[in-house]
Amino acid sequence: MSDLELSNRAVRGRALPRPPRAGTVAALAFVAFLAVATVAPWLLQTADPLAIAPREAFEPPSAAHWFGTDESGRDVYSRVIEGTATSLLIGVSATAIGLALGLLLGGLAGLGGRVLDFVVGRVNEVLFAFPGILLALLIIVLWGPGPVTATIAVGLSTAPGYARIIRGELVTVRSSGYVEAARVLGHGRARVLARHILPNALAPMVVLATLGIGQAVVWASALSYLGLGAQPPAPEWGAMLSAGRTYITTAWWLTVFPGLMIVLTTITTTVLGRALAARDGARR
Amino acid sequence: MSAPVLEVRGLSVAFGGDGRRRGARDAVEVVRGVDLTVEAGTCVAIVGESGSGKSVTARALLGLAGSGALVRADRLTVAWADRRDASEREWRRTRGVGAGLVLQDALVSLDPLRTIGREIGDPLRIHRRMSHAAARARAIELLELVGMPHPTITVDRRSGELSGGMRQRALIASALALDPPLLIADEPTTALDVGVQARVLGLLDEARARGAGVLLISHDLAVVSRIADTVIVLDRGAVVETGPTAEILGAPRHPVTRALIEAVPTEVPRGVGLTTRDRPVRSAQPVVEAARTASAASTTGRTPPPPPAPALEGIGLSKSFRVGAGTTHAVQDVSFRVERGRTLGLVGESGSGKTTIARLALALAAPDAGEVRLAGEPWSPLPERDRRTRRSRIGAVYQDAFGSFDPRWSVGRILRDALVAARRDPSDAAVTALLDQVHVPTDAAARHPLALSGGQRQRIAIARALAGSPDVLVCDEPVSALDATVQARVLDLLDELQRDHGLAMLFISHDLGVIRHMSDTVAVMRSGRIVEHGDAERVFTAPEHEVTAALIRDSPRLARGDGSAGFR
Repeated sequence: MSDLELSNRAVRGRALPRPPRAGTVAALAFVAFLAVATVAPWLLQTADPLAIAPREAFEPPSAAHWFGTDESGRDVYSRVIEGTATSLLIGVSATAIGLALGLLLGGLAGLGGRVLDFVVGRVNEVLFAFPGILLALLIIVLWGPGPVTATIAVGLSTAPGYARIIRGELVTVRSSGYVEAARVLGHGRARVLARHILPNALAPMVVLATLGIGQAVVWASALSYLGLGAQPPAPEWGAMLSAGRTYITTAWWLTVFPGLMIVLTTITTTVLGRALAARDGARR
Repeated sequence: MSAPVLEVRGLSVAFGGDGRRRGARDAVEVVRGVDLTVEAGTCVAIVGESGSGKSVTARALLGLAGSGALVRADRLTVAWADRRDASEREWRRTRGVGAGLVLQDALVSLDPLRTIGREIGDPLRIHRRMSHAAARARAIELLELVGMPHPTITVDRRSGELSGGMRQRALIASALALDPPLLIADEPTTALDVGVQARVLGLLDEARARGAGVLLISHDLAVVSRIADTVIVLDRGAVVETGPTAEILGAPRHPVTRALIEAVPTEVPRGVGLTTRDRPVRSAQPVVEAARTASAASTTGRTPPPPPAPALEGIGLSKSFRVGAGTTHAVQDVSFRVERGRTLGLVGESGSGKTTIARLALALAAPDAGEVRLAGEPWSPLPERDRRTRRSRIGAVYQDAFGSFDPRWSVGRILRDALVAARRDPSDAAVTALLDQVHVPTDAAARHPLALSGGQRQRIAIARALAGSPDVLVCDEPVSALDATVQARVLDLLDELQRDHGLAMLFISHDLGVIRHMSDTVAVMRSGRIVEHGDAERVFTAPEHEVTAALIRDSPRLARGDGSAGFR
């Protein structure tokens, strides 16, 4: 039977283990580094991130100070490590807030029937009309600056995007052939929702969230840079960038290294998100 | 010009082997040493099952085999130009001026954002340096040539606004735009209604009559037999048989050719298996005899008198949908009944309301008027909550089996889930029994449907439908997406299951051959109404309605050597 042979070939094709790409491995290594920096920063630090040493101010990168020192003689490398926790925490929590709100709104629109879909859709469109950062600024103006407000602000301004994607997924899955097949088999609404609609609609959210964390870190840093997020002297990447701006012509290391961390974190989450998406795509 | 427009010797195409992305693997040769000659004014057909290398061959002839493909040939002369080691630039020239390509899927082959006129006019402007206005005028001429209704209007439409048949004609028009000496058509009529299919084949035939060489690629011998002069049978990338069409069809020598011919359902009477011709599947009684008895005693049939209540019954069903401002009457006053152990074949062009009837029968949609009854009891008027427990009485098999499986689930989980729905014990033994019933190896339970072939996927879908031991099976185009030979095996399976379980089947298809092979009674639909209804033999031999007659006339049939059913 030739269709049996075909299937065997297909199985062998799938069974081949695909080695992870070099980029994915590097990204995973960087995530491990970030994790240590967050949980146990002292393991990586070479100096106290808050200790002032005016005589050692503005030293360029050297063996003693890998990333140089700032205007107060603080070790930039240790400060960057110290700032990881704050920056990542803001990024991750903001994404969590955005995703949770997106799930709520998207779920209402995608499953709640025509009227709710219409209402949520219009609200979403109004929110979309404002640039996200503007929305975040508005929220901070209302509630005052600080890391918590910045987190909530970033979370709220990413929510409409998530809501729209989740609604789209729910609508697609709800009208799919396998959901209809489940109905024909005689499964109840709750079971179809729990077994088919939610898992299939929400699987892409893992990928989306991973991609979103990088974005949220950038936004949170941007808010800190504007002086609306974490407040100095707390070492946060965006705040460090902002503080180093004054000396950018004489001490480039003050801005380059925190900036590099933001860029690397964003790239890492993007690479991982895409690797997850590729794996998800291969399974479908 | 006496030299052939296409001459190929020893063509082979291999994939992989370059070690990119998926790790080093040996090159897989999918086309091996194919020889091919197409003279001007003739049509050569390449036939074979999917995976036999037909499409790859066609693409290689136009330099479209893909970047991972390794194409070799001793001789590769396309439109009188040697195209061995041709550059991309040279290939572009061949594709524009030397050869036109018609693909199966006209929807994705046409840019949805551009008008038909621009799509057809493009090659004219690029290769003939025509002005916009001249190209548009020529596009209208071409659309007229391919029989497009209202060419002056259609020329400014986009592909999304056209029906499948119109799109296919637009695609042929664009292939004909430069009047190429060679036309390559890859499954140009698959997925089209028979009427449209006949017109598309007619167009290719006209191009041939005007002196073009036509290379037709299909898995369907019946389609090919209408216009091909020569047939080449491919199996696993190699030519297994070649010769004049009449000879190949009349006296096939190779088993692959014989299998392809036998798989055409039109030729085989009801109840005879398509894959094992010598063994009548349905009854010990000679089948032709049985069919005669059935038509003579039209109502009783060959089984003992049926019980009074039919397994599935539709009474005066109507259903309409709101589309934009207007209303589409998808189904209007349709009544039907399906007895236990019998099959009602529902046939009609796409858009005639067949699928709506399937959805009404499965209670996925509620009728505006009328009632569906299951085993003599109300079905469509029930609230869904009460219906749910009885849903295992009626099973469904869809055209797109793969799309009806949850993408995250294995075959085993799909079947266990169906057993749970039918309140049966979802044991491994029960899953194995289901797989046995549809003749799929039991180790398939651990696999994902992705790892199965199209035929096996449809078998799994059938197994799932059988999990609740239903009385009624609704099959909506169950074999339309399958190759002729795979299709034959699935039809045989359905036949066998009906015999074993006494299933009542509502069998929907646009393919008359399939319907004729599967049905006891036939209902022909047109614009939401049943225009003819009756015993299958009677409907096919003496159609009363013009729609039925047209369907029968247009449906492809093997044109044997005697030329009795030829197209020309």
